[in-house]
Amino acid sequence: MKSLILLLSTLLLATAPATARATDTFITVASTTSTRDSGLLAYLLPLFEAKTGIEVRVVAVGTGRALKLGEHGDADVVLVHARAAEDRFMAAGYGLLRRDVMYNDFVIVGPKADPAGIHGVKRATHAFRQLATRKATFLSRGDDSGTHKAERRIWKAAGIDPTPASGTWYRETGNGMGATLNTAAELDAYTLVDRGTWLSFRNRRDLVIEVEGDPPLHNPYGIMIVNPKLHPSVKVDASRKFVDWITSAEGRKAINAFHVDGQQLFHATGSQP
Amino acid sequence: MPPAEVLPLVFDGVGLEAGGEWLLHDLCFRLDTGPCSVILGPNGAGKTLTLRLCNGLILPSRGRIRWAGSGGGDPAAARALVFQRPVLLRRSAAANVDYPLRLRGVARRERERRCEEVLEATGLAPIAQRPARKLSVGQQHRLALARVWALRPQVLFLDEPAASLDPAASRSLEAAIHVIRKEGTKIVMTTHDLGQAKRMSDEVLFLHRGRLLEQTPAEQFWQEPRTAEAKGFLRGEVL
Amino acid sequence: MSELSEAFRTAFQLIVELDPKLVEIVLLSLRVSFSALGLAAFLGMPLGALLGVSRFPGRHGLIVLLNALMGLPPVVVGLLVYLLLSRSGPLGGLGLLFTPTAMILAQTVLITPIIAALTRQTVEDLWEEYQEQMRSLGAGTLEAATTVLYEGRFSLLTALLAGYGRAAAEVGAVIIVGGNIAHVTRVMTTAIVLETNRGDLPLALGLGILLVLLAIAVNGSAQLIGEAARRAAG
Repeated sequence: MKSLILLLSTLLLATAPATARATDTFITVASTTSTRDSGLLAYLLPLFEAKTGIEVRVVAVGTGRALKLGEHGDADVVLVHARAAEDRFMAAGYGLLRRDVMYNDFVIVGPKADPAGIHGVKRATHAFRQLATRKATFLSRGDDSGTHKAERRIWKAAGIDPTPASGTWYRETGNGMGATLNTAAELDAYTLVDRGTWLSFRNRRDLVIEVEGDPPLHNPYGIMIVNPKLHPSVKVDASRKFVDWITSAEGRKAINAFHVDGQQLFHATGSQP
Repeated sequence: MPPAEVLPLVFDGVGLEAGGEWLLHDLCFRLDTGPCSVILGPNGAGKTLTLRLCNGLILPSRGRIRWAGSGGGDPAAARALVFQRPVLLRRSAAANVDYPLRLRGVARRERERRCEEVLEATGLAPIAQRPARKLSVGQQHRLALARVWALRPQVLFLDEPAASLDPAASRSLEAAIHVIRKEGTKIVMTTHDLGQAKRMSDEVLFLHRGRLLEQTPAEQFWQEPRTAEAKGFLRGEVL
Repeated sequence: MSELSEAFRTAFQLIVELDPKLVEIVLLSLRVSFSALGLAAFLGMPLGALLGVSRFPGRHGLIVLLNALMGLPPVVVGLLVYLLLSRSGPLGGLGLLFTPTAMILAQTVLITPIIAALTRQTVEDLWEEYQEQMRSLGAGTLEAATTVLYEGRFSLLTALLAGYGRAAAEVGAVIIVGGNIAHVTRVMTTAIVLETNRGDLPLALGLGILLVLLAIAVNGSAQLIGEAARRAAG
């Protein structure tokens, strides 16, 4: 028995944070899983940390949850891609300030065999109408994420409400982008995905890009600092440094320089006020 | 050892009822310092129940149990009981003897001394460090005896000692009990084994169907008990 | 099938190369789950022992509740602890959210019922055997309960291993209160979720295999130590 206690205590001590970070300050950024999965943050953040010594801790969750974390004051900065929700966030007084950062784009992917015949279609709304008519299996995120909101906007613009068909050809996974793509690959289904996640996704099987480039498929990102009046614990100075950096010439250059498979994923739009 | 201050122990009209049934009826007797008292009787006579009453494990439904000294109350520290099936702790034999001594707050050096003493006297010294549960049944019974012996009780109760032992182990245990008796401890034991009762007793309390039929000095009892039931029991009849 | 064999190859490679990122994740996983185990044992064992020896009205209801709590879904625990630790919550001032401490707390909440319930069962069974003898030797209830707890140490070891297993395997609680932040709160299970979502199934499976190997190692050592102790104590 004594030896068991000894083993336990040794394990506890041995695993004590020997990996303590060198930096003292850190900020918590609530962002989305698709942003993290694209690999942009893993590329961008070390540049900022090296320059300022401020550690950036990213909590990657769904868009809805990221905004909630901002509302609750559990994050200092919110970086999402859901303009309407961001505006509501600011209007409700949860944010100190908001800036445009960048945009990437969505693509519609589907099976190589393309049973719905939408490959190469120019307009996203036309493609969606085709999918509905042919009742081709389409996976929706179904989770109020930025991707989901963009998808809903396109359905609305096409004049179609797919939700009554939920469970038949239109399936709402309620999952993150990666999990939804896994399912689409399994079922040979169509889905809407941001290019960043698509390029980093390793389990494509027979999925290919069917439709891309149409402006409604653009996906703009906004960054917001949580209002310190509501949550005094917000690290305003460090957060400002981050926001200023990511919208500065240097930050913009870094964003545009991020390539996957030889392709640029994000296009910086931010500018200093 | 000075005469037991907590004796005599007096049972005054003690009755015990459980589940609507009376198990003990109107027990009246007195246990004094000196004689080794053997409570004898067939199985189910109520011997174990009587012992449990003496040790405060159960309370009488009727009547009173009085000890001398300490205002008549239960002198827990002055008495000890060895169960018919003693429960030993999962540790060494020596640790088992040490345990109740520690509970009593005995100092370490004294504990070690008494431990060595009783283990020596019961012949368990060579296996003092062996796990208690690994000992033979006979050794375990001697260990159970040793650990209460170390407490230096004034009265030692034993419930069917050696009931599950072979003759050799049984004699071993009886020898140890003899030593304790010589030191001056009052022994009260139950048994249904006639041979053991004959060897150990100075007086016999004969129990039958929850009643005390007679309390007789040993010599007389073994020659000619006073009651018919006792006579029948000695003849080996089923009562 | 090829993914499975690739997974085994990946797992083997990971172990052999001792990738520092992986080592960091494994050490954090061990630290979080063992700390939770320690806390849960500290809270749960006395609670279980107390419940095992005492008799009071409502005791049975409490036992039923405790047993039911063993089946608490980890994600529910995660949500509850998040609400507690959130800046907008009652304990927000502590600033514990998204730290390993939050993860330890969540896992402690998760596994304390298991430890307590299994301890109660063991103690209650032993109590029947030991109670009278303990009383007769002069042990008060507290002393007797402590002794019985120690007497049952081999069964209780199983309870501890069950608790550890549950903590080490769960992801729902730690991902919500920890946030799966790289280098800070990423453990094996949350790393597996990450790699699964990125579609890197062989790596995810490989990490999973590693997790199982780790569990075998923990259980194996406990078994060895337990056996040795059992032989010594009988």
